[in-house]
Amino acid sequence: MDELISKTLSHLFISLGGVSISAVVGITLGVLLTRISFLSAFVIGFSEILQTVPSLAMLAILMMFFGLGNPTAMMAIFLYSLLPVVRNTYTAMRGVDSSLLEAGKGMGMSRWQLLFLVEIPNAFPVILSGIRVSLITAYGIVTIAVLVGGGGLGGYIYRGTQTVNIGMILKGAIPICLMAVGTDFLLNKVEKKTSIEKRGK
Amino acid sequence: MVKIKFQNVRKVYNGTDVVDNLNLEVATGKFTVLIGPSGCGKTTTLKMVNRLVDPSAGEIFIEGKNISDLNPVDLRRRIGYVIQQIGLFPNMTIAQNIEVVPRLLHWPKQKRLDRTAELLSMVGMDPQQFMNRYPSELSGGQQQRIGVLRALAVEPPILLMDEPFGALDPITRESLQDEIKKLQMKLGVTVLFVTHDMDEAIKLADMIVLMREGQVEQAASPEKLLSDPVSDFVQEFIGKKHLPTNYDVESVWEIMNPNAVTIAKTKGINESIALMNKRNVDSLIIVDENRKLEGIVSVEEIRAAGRQESRIRRIGDLGIRQVPTINIHSQARDAFDLIVNENPRFIVAVDDEDIVYGIVTKTSLVKALAGVVWGDETDV
Ligand SMILES: Nc1ncnc2c1ncn2[C@@H]1O[C@H](COP(=O)(O)OP(=O)(O)OP(=O)(O)O)[C@@H](O)[C@H]1O
Ligand SMILES: [Mg+2]
Repeated sequence: MDELISKTLSHLFISLGGVSISAVVGITLGVLLTRISFLSAFVIGFSEILQTVPSLAMLAILMMFFGLGNPTAMMAIFLYSLLPVVRNTYTAMRGVDSSLLEAGKGMGMSRWQLLFLVEIPNAFPVILSGIRVSLITAYGIVTIAVLVGGGGLGGYIYRGTQTVNIGMILKGAIPICLMAVGTDFLLNKVEKKTSIEKRGK
Repeated sequence: MVKIKFQNVRKVYNGTDVVDNLNLEVATGKFTVLIGPSGCGKTTTLKMVNRLVDPSAGEIFIEGKNISDLNPVDLRRRIGYVIQQIGLFPNMTIAQNIEVVPRLLHWPKQKRLDRTAELLSMVGMDPQQFMNRYPSELSGGQQQRIGVLRALAVEPPILLMDEPFGALDPITRESLQDEIKKLQMKLGVTVLFVTHDMDEAIKLADMIVLMREGQVEQAASPEKLLSDPVSDFVQEFIGKKHLPTNYDVESVWEIMNPNAVTIAKTKGINESIALMNKRNVDSLIIVDENRKLEGIVSVEEIRAAGRQESRIRRIGDLGIRQVPTINIHSQARDAFDLIVNENPRFIVAVDDEDIVYGIVTKTSLVKALAGVVWGDETDV
């Protein structure tokens, strides 16, 4: 039981760690792209390519740089979730109603004030949905990361498939499912709180 | 006193002069309305005042200061700005929306709170009830009220409004127009207001600036614009339908008696006498088939014609007398002057084509005056 809890926690830790880094980098990048728009096609194209790399291959390549263990897993998650975060941030920022920008600017907000008081808060629900998708994908990737020496619930599933032990597989799979469902539910709620409730309808 | 002065201002977009050598003075504490056809440069002109758009050439002065020397962000905080799309921030409560500029100016919390409550009360919205709501929970009219309050939060000396009521239903628009006019007069703020609705302009403006292709076609008080349009363009833009309605200064249209007794010039003498008896009048207004004025005949003249058993069969063949006329778009005051000075029995109210709409008599003037003194019963 202790082992199950610790593996679950480390599974969560690796996923959240990777996604947090990509949230920080991705949101910054996404915001930056709205200011330097000629770069956007390039950056988004690049992260699109990143995402097409099969996860096993990605892990193998990263392993060469980071060696065995959790950092490699986290790095993989970071790279995979970069695209959804950057793209969602970029489109969300672009999608902020132009009348809000005009009102903000016309009232005397500086560029930074406009960014933090108007653009980011109004883009936030969509940005968050990118993070939610990334996090749920991350749970799956961490499962494979056991092959490059990562911790997490993937260990059970791997051992279970080797020994054809359904019970063992479920021991890993069920907590992952619960995590995914829980995350989805929670972040959906936050998204709604920040968007639908305030905008009505 | 001049608040805002445009001096040879020009704005070029893609090689065309959207604003073309504009010279304009906006008076302090007055309500100035920019109006004109779509694309004539109203919005561009407005946005140059708070430097959302910078002129390609020329200068704009606010209280004598060239605004190109001022920091645009500081400038905008001292100029209220209201747009048609309202633009309330959906992530902020009503109070937070109103407090945007006070916050930018670092007002202390209590001062902000007091001001918000004061502003809401000014437009009859209960602060307790509305402060913590979100914009989406308000009707369009309520939202734009907040939009106006937000612009007035730090008591800016200037308020810019770009078709603020254009998207509202007519009833809500009317009441917001009344409110903004009251607020403007109470606060003494200098308003520059864009609209494409002549009724709105006439109702609100101290001065109407009619623009055409980036230039000022005519800048004048509503009365002056209506009575002395400088060109056919102005005349046409004013249009017939706009004139008699919502006209603050009473027009002839409003005070005239619309039941003028007219008769077509082809009618016979006996018919005319019968009509006079029936309507109990002592003269008839003779018109052609389009109700265009021909003249008047009095009862004596008709009787004389009848006694002669003469060849005259049709009323139009009588010696028709000229009659004083007044344009329905003229001010009631002009009709008053005419009646007092020349003492005719009545004046015929006609439009630009001499079509008869009614008559102005001493009785109608007395009724109109009574309306001013005792209030207009029709309003109750
Ligand atoms: N940023 C811009 N870039 C290029 N052209 C512009 C820009 N802004 C306005 N224009 C053009 O300048 C002209 C005047 O625009 P403006 O918005 O000032 O007109 P308007 O009088 O406010 O019209 P409307 O009544 O339709 O609002 C239009 O032809 C418009 O297409
Ligand atoms: Mg416009």
